Amino acid sequence: MFLRKKFSISLIFIFLLVSTLAQVSLTGAGATFPYPLYSRWFFDFEKETKIKINYQAIGSGAGIQQIKAGTVDFGATDAPLTGKEQEESGLIMIPTVAGAVTIIYNLPGIGKGLKLTRDIIADIYLGKIKSWNDPKIISINKDLKIPNIPITVVRRSDGSGTTAIFTAFLSSVSSEWKEKVGAGTSVNWPIGIGGRGNAGVAGYVQNTVGAIGYVELAYAEQNNISYAQIKNKFGNYVYPSIDSVKSAMNLFKIPQDFYVYIVDAIGRESYPIAGFTFLLLRKEQTDLEKAKTLIRLIKWVYEKGDKSAEELLYVPLPEKIKKLAINKLKELKYQGKAIE
Amino acid sequence: MKRDLGEKIFKGLTFISSILILISVAFIFYELIIGSLPSIKAFGWKFLIESIWDPIAERFSALPSIYGTIITSIIALIIGFPISIGIAIFISEICPYYLRQPLSFIIELLGAIPSIIYGMWGLFTLAPIIQLKIGPFLNKYLGFLPFFQGYPLGVGYLTAGIVLAIMIIPTISSISREIIMLVPKEQREGALALGMTKWEMISKVVLGNAKGGIIAGGMLGLGRALGETMAVTMVIGNAPNISISLFSPGYTISSTIANEFTEAVGKLHLSSLIELALILFFITFFTIAFTRYFIIKRIEKR
Repeated sequence: MFLRKKFSISLIFIFLLVSTLAQVSLTGAGATFPYPLYSRWFFDFEKETKIKINYQAIGSGAGIQQIKAGTVDFGATDAPLTGKEQEESGLIMIPTVAGAVTIIYNLPGIGKGLKLTRDIIADIYLGKIKSWNDPKIISINKDLKIPNIPITVVRRSDGSGTTAIFTAFLSSVSSEWKEKVGAGTSVNWPIGIGGRGNAGVAGYVQNTVGAIGYVELAYAEQNNISYAQIKNKFGNYVYPSIDSVKSAMNLFKIPQDFYVYIVDAIGRESYPIAGFTFLLLRKEQTDLEKAKTLIRLIKWVYEKGDKSAEELLYVPLPEKIKKLAINKLKELKYQGKAIE
Repeated sequence: MKRDLGEKIFKGLTFISSILILISVAFIFYELIIGSLPSIKAFGWKFLIESIWDPIAERFSALPSIYGTIITSIIALIIGFPISIGIAIFISEICPYYLRQPLSFIIELLGAIPSIIYGMWGLFTLAPIIQLKIGPFLNKYLGFLPFFQGYPLGVGYLTAGIVLAIMIIPTISSISREIIMLVPKEQREGALALGMTKWEMISKVVLGNAKGGIIAGGMLGLGRALGETMAVTMVIGNAPNISISLFSPGYTISSTIANEFTEAVGKLHLSSLIELALILFFITFFTIAFTRYFIIKRIEKR
């Protein structure tokens, strides 16, 4: 009787041991913007490989801190780290997917079709254009009846990757913005009211006559909010879409460290306000099994993740950029040696 | 002997529970100080008197947040306190007996609604009303006052204050009701027997006796208003400026922290947010201490 009990207990232990050995699982934390897509990807990945990935959307800043502290296997961020920062903290950064930022507005009597130029957007957010019937806006929107009402500028109040992309765009098209404000996940806004999250910005814009704001493409689409077409570098007015962001990425020069926003891209059909979202990995991996799984996950995402990305209105990376990223993975080391 | 032991254990347990609270407050205080040291070193007193919030240049200061916190809480108290006392008096003195329980229940239910719901309501229902109806009305008839000048955006100090007022009503009114009910029946009967009207009885005898407790209830409500985060973040407008007009967007300490904490990367940025928390800690501490030791004590002495 006693022996049998002992035997069964050890059996349970062995079983537990084996099951933990077999089940490599990864934990990650960070950006909220790609969270819906990541949960979908990781769910599909688990179905296929039986490997569980636990992702917590706690914000890019917290994600960066967690990967630096070594409490997670990968971090995720919307705002890129500079090459120097990556170097200093022993991290590499690779993009997973891209997203577009749309300009939304609330003008009575005008649904779709408002046209804006890069200068006008910058001037509105600098507080230089204060009213919708400014000659600059009227002259490119002759087919619309633009009302004479004040512009209420709305922006994000919480730090966010969407803000980083948008302010990077403003910095690249307006030297005044670059000098006075700069780009980042949260900045010192010259004017405007701040809404919390995409929902907060969209809420303010929809409730305030004459408001203008910026939200992610997916959010605007899913909630049927009308957004503007923007004049790109080429001179065309383009709507944000998966195709127009793809066009921008294809023609964009991507640096080795991936520190880049896809803003003000060249090309006839390119939409000018977009950016990547990234994973952060430690260069020196401490667990070979986990390191291999990480690489496998990223390759899986590049191979099989495009369809679900487009369904959720994220923009898959072009092959060219995927290749660059996979090349970058060779920098991962285990005990000083390259993995695989 | 055995009974003695039980007494001792019980005494010890209650002692430990209250010490635990003290220890956790001390720890929070300690952590806040340690966390805010870099920002205290970098900005010193300027942190309290300037109004710059620039994460890119890493320059921070607290004045707009402190101002917004205090203004919204004062609005909440001005609106919420009289209403709460009215509710408390009605329930305990005037309303028919069969209504008493349901009414108290509904008010306590208000206190159990999550604050994000109040925030959403404020943003989607109250803000448009303020922008299109209440704002223009105040501007037209009271526009000579600096508080009601300018273009109502729908979000701002006033909206946040009103939402807060609704949120603190359950706290203040239920405490006031309890206190009012504690006033001895004999005193009321005596007052009526001396020929006072019902209103005289309520205002002189009941409120006179319950004053200290009611003010303590108000302070608890104020404490909630000072620290309320989610609902205010939705409706304050989140702009770090200082404006006398109640229509303008502003910022509060807790909403600044809620907005920026997750994405704060820079060391000074994080530290400044923790220093904001420290300031809120002090503001709340001193309001409570002030009322306890000056107002309530003075009233009780009389």
